[in-house]
Amino acid sequence: MRLKLHIWRQQQAEHSGAFETHSVEVDPESSFLEMLDGLNERLITQGDEPFAFDYDCREGICGSCSLVINGTPHGKHTATTTCQQYMRDYIDDAELWIEPWRAAAFPVIKDLIVDRSAMDRIIQAGGFIPIRTGSAPEANSLPVAKVDADAAFDAATCIGCGACVAVCPNASATLFVAAKVSHLARLPQGQIDPKRPEKMLARMEQEGFGSCSNYRQCERVCPKQIKISAISEMNRLLYRS
Amino acid sequence: MESLPFDFDAHCPKGPLDQRWTQHKYHLQVVSPANRKHYKVIVVGTGLAGASAAASLAEMGYQVESFCFQDSPRRAHSIAAQGGINAAKNYHNDGDSVWRLFYDMIKGGDFRARESNVFRLAELSTSIIDQAVAQGVPFAREYSGYLANRSFGGAQVSRTFYARGQTGQQLLLGAYQAMSRQIAAGRITQHSRCEMQDLIMLNGQAKGIVSRNLVTGELQAHLADCVVLCTGGYGNAFYLSTNAKGCNTSAIWRAHKHGALFANPCFTQIHPTCIPQHGELQSKLTLMSESLRNDGRIWAPKDIADCDKAPATIAEQQRDYFLERLYPAFGNLVPRDIASRAVKHICDAGRGVGVEIAGQRRGVYLDFADAIAQQGLDVINEKYGNLFDMYERITAEDPRQTPMRIYPAVHYTMGGLWVDYNLMTTVDGLFAGGEANFSDHGANRLGASALMQGLADGYFILPATVSDYLAKQHPIRPQDFAAEARNAIETVRLRLDRLMNAPSPETAPDVFHRELGEILWHACGMAREASQLKSAITEIQQLRERFWQHVKVTGSSDTLNQTLERAARVADFLELGELMCLDALQREESCGCHARVEHLTDGGEVQRDDMQFASVSAWQYSGDVSEPRLLQEPLLFEFVSPGVRSYR
Repeated sequence: MRLKLHIWRQQQAEHSGAFETHSVEVDPESSFLEMLDGLNERLITQGDEPFAFDYDCREGICGSCSLVINGTPHGKHTATTTCQQYMRDYIDDAELWIEPWRAAAFPVIKDLIVDRSAMDRIIQAGGFIPIRTGSAPEANSLPVAKVDADAAFDAATCIGCGACVAVCPNASATLFVAAKVSHLARLPQGQIDPKRPEKMLARMEQEGFGSCSNYRQCERVCPKQIKISAISEMNRLLYRS
Repeated sequence: MESLPFDFDAHCPKGPLDQRWTQHKYHLQVVSPANRKHYKVIVVGTGLAGASAAASLAEMGYQVESFCFQDSPRRAHSIAAQGGINAAKNYHNDGDSVWRLFYDMIKGGDFRARESNVFRLAELSTSIIDQAVAQGVPFAREYSGYLANRSFGGAQVSRTFYARGQTGQQLLLGAYQAMSRQIAAGRITQHSRCEMQDLIMLNGQAKGIVSRNLVTGELQAHLADCVVLCTGGYGNAFYLSTNAKGCNTSAIWRAHKHGALFANPCFTQIHPTCIPQHGELQSKLTLMSESLRNDGRIWAPKDIADCDKAPATIAEQQRDYFLERLYPAFGNLVPRDIASRAVKHICDAGRGVGVEIAGQRRGVYLDFADAIAQQGLDVINEKYGNLFDMYERITAEDPRQTPMRIYPAVHYTMGGLWVDYNLMTTVDGLFAGGEANFSDHGANRLGASALMQGLADGYFILPATVSDYLAKQHPIRPQDFAAEARNAIETVRLRLDRLMNAPSPETAPDVFHRELGEILWHACGMAREASQLKSAITEIQQLRERFWQHVKVTGSSDTLNQTLERAARVADFLELGELMCLDALQREESCGCHARVEHLTDGGEVQRDDMQFASVSAWQYSGDVSEPRLLQEPLLFEFVSPGVRSYR
């Protein structure tokens, strides 16, 4: 299949960027990032700079990859990261527009790579259970209802990719925060710290993310299908604390 | 024996096996809480071993500097481990114990690991689960609210704890969150998008690293009282593997070139259940958790003529459930090396299914039809739903409707930096944890023991042994070593300049990497043979020559440059690849993953030579990559007697 690609080029945060157009011939069975690998290899051989983009595990779990494809974070196929998009999903498209995540709290580093370290700092503000190595009791001493353990797991599957921020008109990281709050609050070990939501949300604001006004776009693009019910759960905890 | 310029003693304690770690800890020195803040420890890598070591050392009060090449410590490749983590809790009352876990690992590793280390790992396994649960790791639970377990390859008891198919992710987030707490407390300084380029040596001791800021290209020296490498395995030497694209050998290879011995480089695990390759330009392979073999049945058509038919049209009596046929006692749950070789034999005999790559169909079926019929779709979905979805995403086939196709792929490396019982390498002050060291898995790693080893190293072993080392050092004064730091930076700069300015730049670094991968997969993969290994060594030497002549890196070295990052890693793989072949050639026996065609039984099983090779092969860099020096650490078995590893 043959495609026209418009890919974002930007040398660094302070520079302005623009789309650059390339044509590629690609096997429908190859993955989206393999398509970009092919283009980049061609560019290197020609003596040009390849497009910089983040990737690592290429199996949808590390959360590195972060492309907006034709306006949708991660691309057309839902519940999937960019690295698990396959070209067969784009067989009906003639042109693709490929951009980085766009949010004030995610400055562009180069081309398609953005700085997401703000999300690490939100976790540092309280997204943990303060247990020292060595002081844990016997694992089975505290039973946890299966329904709670399962709900905690569902929230804990967040990969910290930032697609929720990229799609949100407010560039809010509320779903990301709520996923961590919901994961920990569902477990008895995590209920010790009632101030967690407050601390994490304050940090979110400080980092330049917007707040939530229920657009619900985040759950539409979340590759791990984290639901906005996590946000309601966090809000209940906020008002209770 | 002639004297060596370094300490090549494993320092394994003596006495009763189950008392060794306790006694050893008693003999280790400690640093008083008030003095710990004067010591600085560098931890490179933020996977399970690195993150748990950094968090635990910081909790104790040391200053920790942590490094990862990813944009966040949470993205290290431990995140992708699917299946689970073993622990001898005996929650199923099925006869499990620390001793049984120890025995299963020693046997699983085909009697090529140290008894002392493996026993300690089994012993610590239970504390890891306690720690993870207290951190909020959402392990699977039964309706009773208590923790659930499943069985895994190479074991006949249920001792594997899991969080659906994302156990590595959940354990890593636990360790990452513990780290995050210490970063907030100011005890860990985190350097993300920052890659170690070299080790800094002062008077024969490891006292720091040179790092490259991957965003600005800036080279920086960091000095510390000791250095801990938790930088993962080198499976990406094969180019195609289940590792993340960024996984590399560079940190441990630099250490090797500074005198750290490299142990058992040819012990590389080929995992039986991966999604088969679909094309020539594929960038990576994806693992399907071994846990699938609990309920899935592996088969291939009996008749070659059936291989291109739809699996549903092949009658039951025309299917060969070859693992159940060959290994009735363990069936589909035989260890990974045995399952992988069996699949290879079937495909080599022309009975493979699926896409043809280089003239051969590389795949067999992993079928859930019986399990769904017996247990119901809901139960099977509960256990494997996310793995099925992942498979369907990649292949566009639903394993609930049609059997999965699987083929072996490089997955894990048992070899790594040689370490003693304290996890210290032969470089004084340089420690290695997790997959980066060679210590516990012998010639084959059992499923669900990588997570266990990484966390045992990081949470419990390194904090004790690093403290002992620091207790014997005076805290470093970095200002005294400005010249050494500048020299180390200069060496790195010269190497990067060489990569940027090859004499006749023509070819992108990945092209060389793919070629190296092809060579290694054929000569040093599932079957190894002397003449092939010898020609592979020559081919790698020639490839390395061509690389330094023709590698083409565009852009500059003082900005973000992913091509330069890759070129630097490929350069190291091109040297390590040769050592892997030399090691495979030297080990004139078969054991675990290492199947030398010359040393197989008539039935095609591996045949050890305990008289000659009950030892660790530890390689010393001599100044010439092609002429390393081989040292051997004999393995003594006082508690188990090495037997034929039978799973029949």
